[in-house]
Amino acid sequence: MAIIDSRHAAKQLIYERIFRSATLSAAILVLLILGGVAVSLARGAWPALAHFGFSFVTREIWNPVSDEYGALAPIYGTVVTSLIAMALAVPAGFGIALFLTELCPPLLKRPIGVAVELLAAVPSIIFGIWGLFVLAPVLQRHVQPWLIEHLGAIQGIGKLFKGPPFGIGILTAGIVLAIMVLPFIAATMRDVFDTVPPMLKESGYGLGATTWEVIWNVVVPHSRVGIVGGMMLGLGRALGETMAVTFVIGNAHRISSSLLAPGTTISSSIANEFTEAVGDLYTSSLIALGLLLFIITFTVIATAQWMLRRLERRIAV
Amino acid sequence: MSRRTFRKIKNGIFLALSLVATLTGLACLAAILWTLVSHGVQGMSWHLFTQMTPPPGGQGGLLNALYGSALMTLLGILIGAPVGVLAGTYLAEYGRTSRLSMAIRFINDVLLSAPSIIIGLFVYELIVVRMGHFSALAGSLSLAILAIPVTLRTTEDMLNLVPIGMKDSSAALGAYPWRTTLSVLYPAARSGIVTGLLLAVARISGETAPLLFTALNNQFWSTHLNAPMANLPVVIFQFALSPYKDWQDLAWAGALIITLTILLLSISARVILAMLQAEGSGR
Repeated sequence: MAIIDSRHAAKQLIYERIFRSATLSAAILVLLILGGVAVSLARGAWPALAHFGFSFVTREIWNPVSDEYGALAPIYGTVVTSLIAMALAVPAGFGIALFLTELCPPLLKRPIGVAVELLAAVPSIIFGIWGLFVLAPVLQRHVQPWLIEHLGAIQGIGKLFKGPPFGIGILTAGIVLAIMVLPFIAATMRDVFDTVPPMLKESGYGLGATTWEVIWNVVVPHSRVGIVGGMMLGLGRALGETMAVTFVIGNAHRISSSLLAPGTTISSSIANEFTEAVGDLYTSSLIALGLLLFIITFTVIATAQWMLRRLERRIAV
Repeated sequence: MSRRTFRKIKNGIFLALSLVATLTGLACLAAILWTLVSHGVQGMSWHLFTQMTPPPGGQGGLLNALYGSALMTLLGILIGAPVGVLAGTYLAEYGRTSRLSMAIRFINDVLLSAPSIIIGLFVYELIVVRMGHFSALAGSLSLAILAIPVTLRTTEDMLNLVPIGMKDSSAALGAYPWRTTLSVLYPAARSGIVTGLLLAVARISGETAPLLFTALNNQFWSTHLNAPMANLPVVIFQFALSPYKDWQDLAWAGALIITLTILLLSISARVILAMLQAEGSGR
């Protein structure tokens, strides 16, 4: 009996070791994937970076014929489209989160919340064709002529709204991005608002504050870290978004002062040109763009996660 | 105007703005769905499911693309899900709050929001360059990498929801952790883990960017894993940007199919989760 028991226990111990190492290796694989991404992008980008040096990120030229590449135009497009997206999506996301946590009748809370989350599930290519065939013509016919006429004449900001209304371009890409990141920002902010202790809000109301005053003076200060974290998460999405932007940006490798002009972003350059790229330097330059995107988005997303984590820890205490 | 009315008016304005923001968000969803349905229905016919993608001007369907998408999504889940579930198990049952687990959790959350195009480039460098050609296998692998973070996250969350008493009872009977996990925890968390898989399928089945550099596209019927394979997102991308009316119609029909599938998956995942929560609060 004792022999069987010890054999049984030994067998169990072996199974335990096998299972434990299987789960451990799967977990370590996650780390390896991120490391692998960094290493393989760096290796692929090396020929271009060695050839152009630091000037790769400071030059606007992008010429497959003379084999000269600079990343400034895509970097500019990526940053500007993301900034437009954030300028539109942050206030709107804040509004939606506010509505869902403070104003919404309880019966509608779930359906509206789910609808906003479903917007996040729509694949990016769908936003792309919708942006190209529906949004761009509307902007071209109704919005952009108005912008050119009224804002184009103003000194200073006027040059942002110069030129013919193409429909597609930096501004359109920014708007499509705004719609895409809106659900992420709204959902994170709603979750963050929900973490504010009801006692704090009720104290505010008890002092005679209006709903807005409670939001602005109690809820926002209390959830500041989370709000910024949610914004950074949205920014990370906007910076790396590919297909939706590729459809509506116009793919022109130049920097125009006008927001209405076509441009390009890092991800849309890669998506458009990668399979057609001939020559090692061309391909390597596109991978170098990917490496840049990886570094930028990794920094933004990591900061966002760090901030959200800090908030979680504070609540847990 | 007294200070009191000023405050009331200010309150009213901001609350009205928040209502406008919500209505705008809902209007965007409605506008996108309406566009898809109104354009997509025209292209809907049985040809979609029986014929291959046509040359411009010819009649055809999306059969090869539908097959390719289904196959690569399935393979992606088959490769990615076990890794995600096992890694999630490690975090929930073995690692817990160790430094390694914290790091993995952090990296996983970063991967969850990382741009999919970068994963595409990674798999291109890893596989396509070495093999010298695009292949369905490379496409499946990039989808698998995208599926891992979603399944890992939900698995860990769901395992943490299992009442500690069940684990203790199993341990008290002398079961080793592996036995407890397989016979007690997995069955208890089953519907939650399945939800995670549904979400992962929804996430990867609409991905386009990573497939562009890995599976590419194929005009013809192909079942070779080692060759380029047609898939719905890339076909939509190419056909929508083409000047041919019949290609664009096919792109719209494809877009409608893909969106309905994904929304259906997301909604069912949410229904399962809601049922789980109701069950949990009733206990």
